[in-house]
Amino acid sequence: MEKCRLVFSGSGGQGVITVAIILAEAAVLYENLIAVQSQVYGPAARGGATRSDVIISDSEIHYPKVIQPNVLVCLTQEAYIKFYPIIRPGGLLITDTRYVKIQRKVDAQQKELPIYRTVMEEIGNPIVFNICMLGAVIRMTDLVKAESIMKVLKDRIPSGFLEMNRKALNLGMKLAEDVKS
Amino acid sequence: MKNQNIKFIQGNEACVEGALYAGLDFFAGYPITPSTEIAELLSYRLPQKGGKFIQMEDEIASMGAIIGASLTGSKVMTATSGPGFSLMQEALGYAIMTEIPCVIVNVQRGGPSTGIPTHVSQGDVYQARWGTHGDHAIVTITASNHQDVFQTTVDAFNISETYRTPVILLYDEVIGHMREQLVLPKQGELPLVERLRTSVREGVNYHPYLPREDGRLPMSDFGGVHRYNVTGLFHDMWGFPSDNPEVVHDLIRHLVDKIRNNVNQIARFKEYYLEDAKCILISYGSSARSARHVVEYLRPRGEKLGLLELQTLWPFPHDIVNEKCVNAKHVVVVEMNMGQILREVKRAVERPERVFIANRIDGVFITPKDIRDILRVIQGKGV
Repeated sequence: MEKCRLVFSGSGGQGVITVAIILAEAAVLYENLIAVQSQVYGPAARGGATRSDVIISDSEIHYPKVIQPNVLVCLTQEAYIKFYPIIRPGGLLITDTRYVKIQRKVDAQQKELPIYRTVMEEIGNPIVFNICMLGAVIRMTDLVKAESIMKVLKDRIPSGFLEMNRKALNLGMKLAEDVKS
Repeated sequence: MKNQNIKFIQGNEACVEGALYAGLDFFAGYPITPSTEIAELLSYRLPQKGGKFIQMEDEIASMGAIIGASLTGSKVMTATSGPGFSLMQEALGYAIMTEIPCVIVNVQRGGPSTGIPTHVSQGDVYQARWGTHGDHAIVTITASNHQDVFQTTVDAFNISETYRTPVILLYDEVIGHMREQLVLPKQGELPLVERLRTSVREGVNYHPYLPREDGRLPMSDFGGVHRYNVTGLFHDMWGFPSDNPEVVHDLIRHLVDKIRNNVNQIARFKEYYLEDAKCILISYGSSARSARHVVEYLRPRGEKLGLLELQTLWPFPHDIVNEKCVNAKHVVVVEMNMGQILREVKRAVERPERVFIANRIDGVFITPKDIRDILRVIQGKGV
């Protein structure tokens, strides 16, 4: 496989760093791939535009940061304005319709998904907003299987929350299928 | 199926795993970014295995606590970053003088002073060497990936016990915070050096500073069966203060020579494509990842480029660097400071005028492009 470089961006508290870790961990522990994850530290992690970088590959990764992402996820307007110029030509830009208003055309597939709205309508709890977004990302990129994500979640969260997360992940995958077709 | 021995963790956590594997049983520290996860994780992992974790009031006390605990027979460690490492220098000198094994982790951030807490730097290389006063020798090791963080942490404990010396693990923010895979070695897979204890029995005179024939000093757990003196003053074989010129001379020679005479045994390094390299990059810690990226990118494009990754920074392996660089047309030191290892490399090679630096000192992790831009200038391809 080609190296896939992803940047998850948004505001502190939205869970963008958490999903980056979950995705990378799933790739390493359950898909036999190599992954590196890093993130911004400092005030940005508690509000303002924060980001987390993930590289997934089947060969060794040396430079661990992402300069031009193949996949860029922006969950706030501020993050979108700050990061959309770095997307790799031909890459994939995923934004949430509630939080981001697309202002510019970029040389990438732009996918505006109603992630927040769907989560609130179908589940009614915003804590799984990030997992729903991750569902859309894995469906569009085929990087890891949904089952691998669920295995990581099983190790990380109380069992009472597993079903809600599974539902959010499936909703995200469904959203991606809808815009794919 | 999940392999229980594979972990996806931060570099700081890999350091904790290495320390526990090596037999750490006492940690005292004061949390500071970007080393905090080491203290955080050990605060519950150590008690789980019967060890002691103490959060001290500051880094001065942390150093004092681990020195005392080591003297009583524990394997000890503390972890900090630049500002805390500055505070540890006085007691670090005491540990050197009294020859008490201990491991000090410095996950480097930008300095001087409180500097830039959440960003990367490699500015403490010389502080590790000469931060404490007086002639002395010190061991300082670093690593560029989590497997090597684990291995060098185990090595640090082994070296510290073998030579009865403090060992500094000089990691940096990028390595400490990034997450990647660590494959945990099985128990027994890596050799461990245990405390060399004296065979002198209770009631028989024990000379704490009388070396064996091989130069090593067996220890007696403080508070155990022997009473003896430990002092930062120059001391004789009983550990009592002495200003006898011969005693002073012999002790300082001993402290320096026990490290200097073993520079090649202590030297850890990795090399990539050096055999036919016309240009050699020398790097260490997280910078070595960017350097390796450049080498792996340019090799298939026909550039005879190699990388010498240093893990042992002190004692600096001058002979090894000299030998590896003998056929190189250019040497480029890649680091995130104003040229601390650059200076050592210039002193080591035959033609110091052919040694250049590719560095970054703005808190931003050095990129492969930063390095390639310097290579283009050196090769006369313009800016």
